[in-house]
Amino acid sequence: MEKKIGVYICTDCEIGKALDIDQLVKVATKMKAPVVKTHPSLCQKEGVDFIKKDMAAEGVNAVIIAACSLRVNYDVFDLGIPLVERVNLREGVVWSHPPNDEETQMMAEDYIRMGILKMQKMEAPEPYKVEDLCKNVLVVGGGLAGITAANEAAKAGYDVYLVEKGDSLGGWMAKLYKQTPTKPPYTDLEDPFINDLIKEIQQNPKIKVYTSSLIEKIDGAPGLYDVTIKQNGNVETFRAGAIVSASGTIPYDVTKIDHLGFGKYPNVITNYMMEELASKGQIVRPSDGKSVASVAFILCAGQRDENYLPYCSATCCIESLKQAKYVRNQDPEAKVYIFYRDMRTPGHYEYFYKSMQNDPGVFLTKGDVKGVLEDGNKNLNIEVENTLLGEKIVVNADLVVLATGMVPVSGLGEEVLPPGVKPEDEFQPYVMIEADILNLGYRQGGELPVISNGYPDSNFICFPYETRRTGIYAAGTVRAPMDITSTIEDATGAALKAIQCIESSIRGEAVHPRAGDISYADFFMQKCTQCKRCTEECPFGAINEDEKANPIYSPTRCRRCAICLGACPERIISFKNYSVDMIGNMVKNIEVPEEEEKPRAIVFACENDAYPALDMVGISRLQYTPFVRVVPLRCAGSMNLVWVADALSKGIDGILILGCEYGEDYQCHMATGSHLAKIRLSKVAETLDRLKLESGRVQMEQISISEYYKLPEVLDSFLEKLKGFGPNPYKGF
Amino acid sequence: MTAEKTKSILVVGGGISGITTAVEAAEVGYEVTLIEKNPYLGGRVTQLNKYFPKLCPPNCGLEINFRRIKNNPRVKIYTVAEIEKISGSEGDFDVTVKLNPRYVNENCTACNACVEVCPVERPNDFNFGMDKTKAIYLPQDFAFPLRYVIDDKYCKKAECAKCVDACTYKAIDLNMKAQSLPLKVGSIAWATGWNPYDASKIDNLGFGKYQNVIINMMMERLASQNGPTKGKILRPSDGKEPSRIAFVQCAGSRDENHLPYCSSVCCLASMKQATYIREQYPDAEVLIFYIDIRTPARAERVYLRAQKDEKIKFIKGKVAKIEEDPSTKDLTVTAEDALTLQKIIHEKVNLVVLATGMAPNTKEWKAPAEISYDTDGFILSNTGVAGMYAAGCSLKPIDVYSSVQTATAAALKTIQSLVRR
Repeated sequence: MEKKIGVYICTDCEIGKALDIDQLVKVATKMKAPVVKTHPSLCQKEGVDFIKKDMAAEGVNAVIIAACSLRVNYDVFDLGIPLVERVNLREGVVWSHPPNDEETQMMAEDYIRMGILKMQKMEAPEPYKVEDLCKNVLVVGGGLAGITAANEAAKAGYDVYLVEKGDSLGGWMAKLYKQTPTKPPYTDLEDPFINDLIKEIQQNPKIKVYTSSLIEKIDGAPGLYDVTIKQNGNVETFRAGAIVSASGTIPYDVTKIDHLGFGKYPNVITNYMMEELASKGQIVRPSDGKSVASVAFILCAGQRDENYLPYCSATCCIESLKQAKYVRNQDPEAKVYIFYRDMRTPGHYEYFYKSMQNDPGVFLTKGDVKGVLEDGNKNLNIEVENTLLGEKIVVNADLVVLATGMVPVSGLGEEVLPPGVKPEDEFQPYVMIEADILNLGYRQGGELPVISNGYPDSNFICFPYETRRTGIYAAGTVRAPMDITSTIEDATGAALKAIQCIESSIRGEAVHPRAGDISYADFFMQKCTQCKRCTEECPFGAINEDEKANPIYSPTRCRRCAICLGACPERIISFKNYSVDMIGNMVKNIEVPEEEEKPRAIVFACENDAYPALDMVGISRLQYTPFVRVVPLRCAGSMNLVWVADALSKGIDGILILGCEYGEDYQCHMATGSHLAKIRLSKVAETLDRLKLESGRVQMEQISISEYYKLPEVLDSFLEKLKGFGPNPYKGF
Repeated sequence: MTAEKTKSILVVGGGISGITTAVEAAEVGYEVTLIEKNPYLGGRVTQLNKYFPKLCPPNCGLEINFRRIKNNPRVKIYTVAEIEKISGSEGDFDVTVKLNPRYVNENCTACNACVEVCPVERPNDFNFGMDKTKAIYLPQDFAFPLRYVIDDKYCKKAECAKCVDACTYKAIDLNMKAQSLPLKVGSIAWATGWNPYDASKIDNLGFGKYQNVIINMMMERLASQNGPTKGKILRPSDGKEPSRIAFVQCAGSRDENHLPYCSSVCCLASMKQATYIREQYPDAEVLIFYIDIRTPARAERVYLRAQKDEKIKFIKGKVAKIEEDPSTKDLTVTAEDALTLQKIIHEKVNLVVLATGMAPNTKEWKAPAEISYDTDGFILSNTGVAGMYAAGCSLKPIDVYSSVQTATAAALKTIQSLVRR
């Protein structure tokens, strides 16, 4: 359908008082917008009706609302059509700049121009309809997390495939004698409920269980996974829509700790071995099978230590207290010694700890265990320093239990660096450990990228399920050390995310953070030069490659961040409502005065934090330089360098990119976008030098929404710096 | 009444947990109503300066969540709203929500003209009473919805009405009345959050008596740019910069006389706050009095970092008492130092931060439903009522990461209730 643009300029909220509205109307008309009108208050019912009347009577089907920011009145201006553009004259212009001022006016006029140009290049996105989409959930791993995810997904109405490597379900939970308390009064050990959960699975026709099975390969994308498994040599394939990866952990290799006697003395065992003894019926000494009279627990064995595991495994304190109770229940005369660095019994576990502290047969002390030596009776002498007793002590016990940690299976395998990345490189876009769990047919590697210590955890506090692979959610202890209750919650949450991804894919929508976005990337392959930048830089591994290095894009794997659009030197990638051409046009049509006192800088603002921060500046009525023109981007990483060239060739004096923080504690909502922008800019420096332009004209700043009050200063300093360079010599060309 | 089951979910509580449950369920495809008793969403998280372990700004995560709400027509939010009555059963609950009067309507543009003319002040609860606002106020600069509100405990209403005259947008209506909103929902998630434990109950630690004894949440406000001191950490008594600060861990926690459980976040919170202090005052000394340092799983790295800072001293020992020097308002902290031979120590500091715990809102306020609580007021994960679930700190005292975990799980549970025959 022919696009008919209507521009509606609101004069409320001081816009009418601060700007020459007639002039704005002239600017819009000159841009060939067929309908240009003003209204005293567009967000009121009369205002919305005013627009709707034009839509019906004049056939306006692309509406530009020049008023407040898109972050407000989003419901009011939901006109039921896809092409609605907001030109921010309020927060972005009149609230943050002096009224009735020439520069403020020029800013408003440029934004009107840019809005119209944007709309002229915008097409209504159509959702990508997946043919024959599969709604099944694949759960990898049949321990507590996997079983929970399977049960919970099935309860929500989805069919589940559960694939387990071992010959039975239950994982570590199946080996428990008793469980730590989960119910009030939080002091009693509970019978393991894992068997009830397994029964639930086995009786559920919606869940198909494959034990003794490994995943050979997973190809495809959310809604379209083709899974190949091997069960006892037999190959089977099935389809899935989303994946919960709950492959769990293995115990830390205790043989790496040499001063605590493991491997040397038979009566030094691990917490895992202790559980086995208890399950068998009696806790006995391995050396002679006699019932134990005294047991010493050494907590944090091989953990919280940069020489072994640097992290804490979260559950060993409570598990050790539980095992201490086993000993005390078995024999009320038996003594238990617990040597800890910190007793970690958070939340309601404190009640359990208290009950153990009240047990006269249990001695607890903070201390550093220096060594464990065997005596003539195969008992152990444990040397402890820095205890609460103030001195070095030696305690004798029949049995020593080392509370060792857990290691995620996702960390076991060869570490493969991304192509072109060296170990000493500051920026590692991802770490791929070929752990042979999922075996994804993805160009960037077969597993979920790991953050640290082998965990495919999300780096986001607020969004714990954001792995770097759309449609694949890690759950349980493979994600982070956690206890039983947290594992159940985690697996339930992961099942929700899996289902959500399936349903979003059915609607053709992206998932977090651009949830609801129905646009998707289009690749103009005729001009592709197979440079591989898109396939390597996509933070989500959404793009595969064929043998000739041509990118093969998967819309349902895509988060619509447009980082690929920014990476492509040939500019072949576009979205219906976001393209290189669209932004380039906006940049090229900014009015650039020739006078030196009227510099111009473009601020590419990431829409996640930077643009809201700029809005906050306006909302707070803080003022900033009128010499900037803000262009929102989906992500700083979607910045294509051609826009820098476009800007400079038009005489723009400088370009500032405002993106989210990058680095180890990155804030970038697309994981690597802001860092990629930074790297791309360093390449621009060479081009600038060649053009005899100062490389300082193109800068990047990291900004978070909470730091909005710094922005006026940031922008002012940037303009000061540009002033120092002098005007862009290409002005007026 | 038809037997048709509704496909709609109610989330009670609009903090990070409630917001998460609502958004996650809505993105699967379900209609969700989110109600919040404050005039803004975000709850306790909006009062934090940063959170661990990345020390990122809470408004960043909230902004994306608000964007998800804005982009999703399936989510309806009501602020200054409370739950009044519930009847019915899973799949078919009849709920009455009370929409309290905000006295400010959607015309509000946050221009602040009303505040400039308002003659009445009130203690600012957002900043724990450390400063004041007018009777008409914006709760905080990131407030969503961005709309002012009148505290009718302080407002003089028609007797004054200066704000009404000052408002050029006709946004103030002093005659607004409470309204009733009936809803039909299939399942309900309780995400009612927490309050800081009342530290004035801990006699020996001086809170409420000595001005320079504050609680951890007050430190968050002091360190926040939008707090009472614009982010400069200053002593309440004289506004001076502190040079020696003591953190008292487990203040009123792990204690039968106060909160018997551990609130799980306070160790990390104190270490986080220690970084605020160390950044602002590179020469300041920080003493952390602890019983056990609880930095589980990956959070261990926060402890490792803090231990490497020479100016942060960890002292294992319960604080026995805190006393004030009335002339300087400095404090002396008396504690046992369990690991050295010197058993009782006295440390003089300028500021004490009590790392107080979290008490669930449901300790005092009980939901109008037969849900089960434990003796501390937390809602049991098996609530006892089919179709009702709990999320976040209403379930147990946890950090943001874990709250979001439980909230995402709760979203699935609420959906299951709708799917169940």
